[in-house]
Amino acid sequence: MAEMKVGEVIRQPLPQAVNGTKSTPKQEFWRKFKKQKMALAAGFFVVILFILGIIGPFIAPFGAAEFDYDHILEGPSAAHWAGTDAYGRDIFSRILIGTRLSLFVSLLSVFLGSVGGTILGLISGYYGKWIDNLIMRFCDILFAFPGILLAIGIIAILGPGLGNVVIAISIFSVPIFARIVRSSTLQVKATVYVEATRSIGAKPRRIIWKHIFPGTLSSIIVNFTMRLGTAILTAASLSFLGLGAQPPSPEWGAMLSGGRDYLNNAPHVTFFPGLAIFLTVLAFNLFGDGLRDALDPKIKD
Amino acid sequence: MAEKILEIKNLQTHFTSDSGVVKAVDGVTITVNKGETVGVVGESGCGKSVTSLSVMRLLKDTPGKIVGGTIEFEGKNLEAISEKEMRLIRGNEIAMIFQEPMTSLNPVYKIGRQIAEAVQLHLKYDKRQAREHAINMLKLVGIPRAEEIVDEFPYQLSGGMRQRVMIAMAMACKPKLLIADEPTTALDVTIQAQILDLMRKLSKEGDTAIMLITHDLGVVAEMCDRVVVMYAGKVVEEADVFTIFENPKHPYTEGLLYSVPKLGQKVDRLDSIPGNVPTPSNMPEGCKFAPRCPKVMDICRQQDPDLLLIDKEHTCRCWLYQNSEVLEV
Amino acid sequence: MLKYFLKRLIGIIPILFFVSIFIFLFVHMIPGDPARLVAGQDASLADVQAVQRELGLDKPLYTQYAEFVKNIVQGDFGLSLKTKRPVFDEIAARFMPTFWLTFWSMIWAVLFGLVVGVFSATKRNKWQDYLGMFGAVSGISLPSFWLGLMLIQLFAVNLGWLPTGGMDSWKSYILPSITLGAGVAAVIARFSRSSLMEVMKEDYIRTGRAKGLKENKVVWGHALKNSMIPVVTMAGLQFGFLLGGSIVIETVFSWPGLGRLLIDSVSFRDYPVIQAEMLLFALEFILINLFVDLLYGVLNPQIRYE
Repeated sequence: MAEMKVGEVIRQPLPQAVNGTKSTPKQEFWRKFKKQKMALAAGFFVVILFILGIIGPFIAPFGAAEFDYDHILEGPSAAHWAGTDAYGRDIFSRILIGTRLSLFVSLLSVFLGSVGGTILGLISGYYGKWIDNLIMRFCDILFAFPGILLAIGIIAILGPGLGNVVIAISIFSVPIFARIVRSSTLQVKATVYVEATRSIGAKPRRIIWKHIFPGTLSSIIVNFTMRLGTAILTAASLSFLGLGAQPPSPEWGAMLSGGRDYLNNAPHVTFFPGLAIFLTVLAFNLFGDGLRDALDPKIKD
Repeated sequence: MAEKILEIKNLQTHFTSDSGVVKAVDGVTITVNKGETVGVVGESGCGKSVTSLSVMRLLKDTPGKIVGGTIEFEGKNLEAISEKEMRLIRGNEIAMIFQEPMTSLNPVYKIGRQIAEAVQLHLKYDKRQAREHAINMLKLVGIPRAEEIVDEFPYQLSGGMRQRVMIAMAMACKPKLLIADEPTTALDVTIQAQILDLMRKLSKEGDTAIMLITHDLGVVAEMCDRVVVMYAGKVVEEADVFTIFENPKHPYTEGLLYSVPKLGQKVDRLDSIPGNVPTPSNMPEGCKFAPRCPKVMDICRQQDPDLLLIDKEHTCRCWLYQNSEVLEV
Repeated sequence: MLKYFLKRLIGIIPILFFVSIFIFLFVHMIPGDPARLVAGQDASLADVQAVQRELGLDKPLYTQYAEFVKNIVQGDFGLSLKTKRPVFDEIAARFMPTFWLTFWSMIWAVLFGLVVGVFSATKRNKWQDYLGMFGAVSGISLPSFWLGLMLIQLFAVNLGWLPTGGMDSWKSYILPSITLGAGVAAVIARFSRSSLMEVMKEDYIRTGRAKGLKENKVVWGHALKNSMIPVVTMAGLQFGFLLGGSIVIETVFSWPGLGRLLIDSVSFRDYPVIQAEMLLFALEFILINLFVDLLYGVLNPQIRYE
């Protein structure tokens, strides 16, 4: 009989009282997540962002393309909270309206990437052998390029534009999800209950979707959230480089890029869109960290 | 009367967690005399390891805290001295061997360096002397090719060899007290005997007292002069080793003894103690052993018994002996 | 060790092979006829066919690939469509500026990240830890181009201490490398903190304390080296991130490196240059990872001696 180390004894959760109710995974998740004040606040901010993404254009005090040549490059004031740009457009309104673009681009691209990656990862992990080899070599190739370089390469082929940014980001998200899903598939596959299902003759497709996929779901969710932040950053970077959204689109990266020429006398034109990107990405990252700690403590950075 | 080297009096070590306080050690008194080997016996989670970590003040990084009692080493209160003074004692006057030889050595440093470290620190040897000393210690603990092993990494050694290294490391500064926390549990049976022989030899030669923490009564019989039996954070019985084996008083000690097979004894089945150790969050009222005790009485479920002196140097915490003299309240 | 080294070295060969196929096919994925692109929109059909023959586009694909590999091994990447100069020369002139920028960014980012991470781990759950980790998550969330522009605004425009861009003196390096390294420093800080905290739970840490070592010695002597093994791997992966980041940063700081050349080439559709740059970046990334693998072996005695 191996005695437990002191540390282990302490780390072990105390057993539930015999007559007490056993908490469901959902309650357990909520209990752990609630403890993380920062993640909770970030989650709240993310919810507000999504609401703004929907209603932004309706509550913005000015239109995205409302020119006002009497008030160009003005600093923040009561009328224009974040000042105006070189065409006299209200920067605050443009940021509000642009929220939808940033969220949509990142959600769509990470979604496409995660679907592709999950399917590849499940196949790779479940079937193994040559198909696993093939898929993993494919991932190795994509991994040989830094993400943004791959995106630039893809845009070099497809041409600039926000739609192509979505394609580029989803392509370089595929191998990331494929690897994560593959490794959790291998773990779940090794568990007894999958072995048992297999032994009673269930079809592979059924085993994958009914038994393995749910087991990998938590790591997919955590990584999905984390990738959203990265996707927003990448999309903004590409727009900043002139490869993504084109002016006069109120995309944050494109707005920032347009403000570069006025850095000397009107830094607010670059400051506020950048702040919006920063806060949004920060919220997604903090939220993702919280999810990870509450949902899947095994995943590290 | 022998000279006391370690005197733990009414030690209380509690762990604070999300769901409340766990009294891992709840009023433990243990005395170790000079050159003597004392066995501390009990099942997993009875608080014996926590007691040893409390003595070494190694509860850092755990939620554990000493909340009561005193620990005196050679008359010095270890709870009262500064961390700096404590460091001069750790590894020097009190050394410790742990259960897991496989993980207790640092994988990225050579064996010699890990032994020499303590030697340089406490004996103020220079690098060369410390290395010499490390080689000598390795020879002393019976490691072949000591001159080569000193430059090898832990992963190159087997578990038994690593435990020898741990012993060499612990004995390098000639400690007055060695705390061995399950030193043989992780090892093969044949290796166990060798390691125990080695510990006995070294303690005789260096006049080192040993506090041997174990759940293995075979080890106790072989090594110890005196035995302290612990259950659920408390001492339930203490006596010299012969008395414990020949004339155990506490039903728990009896249970432990009956669950060990004896050679030449014909029994149909081994008696085991029914039930499990109560979890800290689920402690029974009264005597902690009552739910599992074959001799349980009504009073056992209501009130925890005191530790009673039932014979010369034989104490027991049980209502069966309530007519004996009360040693401790 | 030698066996380990050889195994790693052989391991990159298939990756190199597939990457070269990928980059070779890259040009073929461009919509439209590459020969028409090279010859120009106004070229006659005969001219286009001439170009086709010249580029070997009329030959079967595998012959083209063999040619392609043969050429790049000899350092021949073709001519830039924009300058009509050899791509190799174009790139060679840009290589060192990017190398030094990424080098200095990596150095400060790893050192600074490590110090913050170790400090946070030793002050676990105290305000210093929270501050360090909030700083780190902010560092990860910062759009680098925005950070760069704000630093220019503050230190170059307002204070006038440092140049706004270009590569003239050591002062030119300060702002770009801070900007480029910030994200990596943040990742390293987070990772080394969690790695160190993981190691601090190990039994041998307790052994070190039981020897009477000072806590500082336990952390910096016994724990750090063990916790560095995964951090080194992480740092290697982050180097790819740096290479990617340099593309954006070079544009912000008008840095005469590979990244800006790439962006210029993409706007000009200068495919031979893009192709060569992608290959170079991938090669660099693969080599860095190889180097990291070897470093991992050096740190981990179990690999070093087997």
